[in-house]
Amino acid sequence: MSTSSIVRFQGVTKRYGPLTVLDQLDLDIERNEKVALIGPSGSGKSTLLRMLMLLEDIDDGLIEVDGRPLTHMSVNGGLVRANERYKREGRSRIGMVFQNFNLFPHMTALGNAAEGPISSIGMSKKEAQDRAAELLEMVGLGDKLDHYPAQLSGGQQQRVAIARALAMRPQIMLFDEVTSALDPELCGEVLNVIRRLGDEHDLTMLMVTHQMGFAKEFADRICFFSEGKIVEQGTPEQVFGTPQHERTQAFLRAVTEAI
Amino acid sequence: MMMDLLPLLLKGLRVTVEVTALASVLAIVMAFAAALAKLSPLRGLRWLANIYIEVFRGTSLLVQLFWLYFVLPLPPFNIELSSFVVAVTGLGLHIGAYGAEVMRGALTSVPRGQIEAAVALNMPPLRRFYRIVLPQAIVNAIPPATNLLIELLKGTSLISLITMADLTFRANQLVQLTFLSREVFGITLLIYFVLAQCINFGMRRLGKRFSRGIVREQR
Amino acid sequence: MENLVDLDFARNILPELLAAAGNTVVITLVGFSIALVLGLLLALLRRSRLAFISWSATVVIEFIRSTPLLIQLYFLFYVMPEFGLTMSAWSAGIAGIALHYACYVAEVYRAGLDGVPRGQWEACKALSMSPWHAYRRVLLPQAVRPIIPALGNYFVAMFKDTPVLSAITVVELMLQAKNIGSRSFRYLEPITMAGIFFLIISIVVALLVRRLEHQLQLPSIKTREST
Repeated sequence: MSTSSIVRFQGVTKRYGPLTVLDQLDLDIERNEKVALIGPSGSGKSTLLRMLMLLEDIDDGLIEVDGRPLTHMSVNGGLVRANERYKREGRSRIGMVFQNFNLFPHMTALGNAAEGPISSIGMSKKEAQDRAAELLEMVGLGDKLDHYPAQLSGGQQQRVAIARALAMRPQIMLFDEVTSALDPELCGEVLNVIRRLGDEHDLTMLMVTHQMGFAKEFADRICFFSEGKIVEQGTPEQVFGTPQHERTQAFLRAVTEAI
Repeated sequence: MMMDLLPLLLKGLRVTVEVTALASVLAIVMAFAAALAKLSPLRGLRWLANIYIEVFRGTSLLVQLFWLYFVLPLPPFNIELSSFVVAVTGLGLHIGAYGAEVMRGALTSVPRGQIEAAVALNMPPLRRFYRIVLPQAIVNAIPPATNLLIELLKGTSLISLITMADLTFRANQLVQLTFLSREVFGITLLIYFVLAQCINFGMRRLGKRFSRGIVREQR
Repeated sequence: MENLVDLDFARNILPELLAAAGNTVVITLVGFSIALVLGLLLALLRRSRLAFISWSATVVIEFIRSTPLLIQLYFLFYVMPEFGLTMSAWSAGIAGIALHYACYVAEVYRAGLDGVPRGQWEACKALSMSPWHAYRRVLLPQAVRPIIPALGNYFVAMFKDTPVLSAITVVELMLQAKNIGSRSFRYLEPITMAGIFFLIISIVVALLVRRLEHQLQLPSIKTREST
């Protein structure tokens, strides 16, 4: 068992009825690694992220986080499917930011960012709010603490969502197409926050993204997904510069043509 | 002559308001309980909730009131209830059954993404329910709930037929005493109308308070 | 030893109850037919360009919808004679329940008419259609289809409201059950049977309405939405 991998996907399979979305997937993520998952829609990238967050159940295979099985627990020396409590313990090290923000509309920015620690860790309201204010300051929204989501732009809402996830002090951050729902001119502010997060903090980051330019410049590793499998992976120079597989080449061609 | 009318009508009004208020509380409790039961994973609970909802929605309110008033005191039940208790219970259970469907619709109308976000923050299920799902569900439930409360108000007029001295009962009494049917019934209608508008107003205020900050889209 | 449920008694009173149930059905059918027509009229009046007519219609609709049917029946039966209009209990009952539900139905029509896309009205104008034709051939067919479930619900609701007519001495099912009870001192059977009858009608009509809705659906490309 490798102790430097913080996340391990082993033979992970996920099916929706007759459709196999993830097919015996193997992937190791190193500590503090920044990995970008790219590929066409329906290739399984988002599903992998959601399974790591335990929003979807695993059909076959195993996921381990920091050496501890995430989806299964050891009972009498064997592995069985994990129960809710066990899952929640595992989930606490992981934070997720969604494509559609999913901010709580009836709470202010401060309320949203403080809610996680209050509800899950039982932190006192004052402490949680102090931490929330700090994080919102860090993402550049220190002056919008009392604003409701409906009063904020898409880019601002997504930054609140990032602060909300960070409040849980995760070791791993998941970004599921976080700029896809934003107007183009608002993407930059969100990507900047992500970049600073990566530079200034010890965080393992997995992101599903269509922002190829950002991925090329920011990620340590690129994984290209197609039909439930990782077809090719490597450094940005390798994957973008000299793609080996035909499917990778076709995808990258289509993406650059669209610009 | 007119001034003599008022005190008697006001007495009836008081009874109407009391019954409406208490029956509303029961209706809200039943609506919640039945909606949650219907959404529960336990088959027995779902079945029970369905029976309650179908029976009380499918039969007439007056039938239910008469049943509680005439049938319960006799064998085999032998339960003697005052007409006040019958009124509150009958109305509460009847409107509660309709309310259950409203509540269920409202709970399931909260976007899935909200629940996923709460799960991602590792919120315990109970907190998730009353911090995130419930507040948003209540906002959606308020317009249909307002209609149901007005139905409840109108339903109270039927308790005059099981000898409750409500507004309708007093109105009838007055007409028999004074023969001023036009004036008495006219004023009575007006009073009910005003009460209904009060409910409208109150619920709108409640809705505003709960939807602070939320831009509500009409789906 | 008295039986808990006297099935013989129940069988004996069944014919009486069925006869009264027949009355209930007649009241509902006639009443709802009137309500459908009157409701449409009210809905159209409410859409009138003339502010006075529109406003009056709105006030009437809101007032009747927000006040109890029982008092409205008392008004028709006891007050109207003072204005020269004397009605039998039957007529007052049917008129009262029809008027009450016409106001509910008017709101349903309003929702349906509002749901017709603006372009339809404009297309009718562009084709120089008379209002009569526009409504009859284009607008009403589109307005009515989606509101059929709501109309069905009100039909069932009217059924369940017919017992209120007992208060002005109309002999419908509920009053018959109550009379049987007071003369025989056995209330359990008649009232329970009346309740079951209403339950059966609710379920049957709900199924019929769903059938009707299905049959009236326009052919379309069924689009599958992915979850």
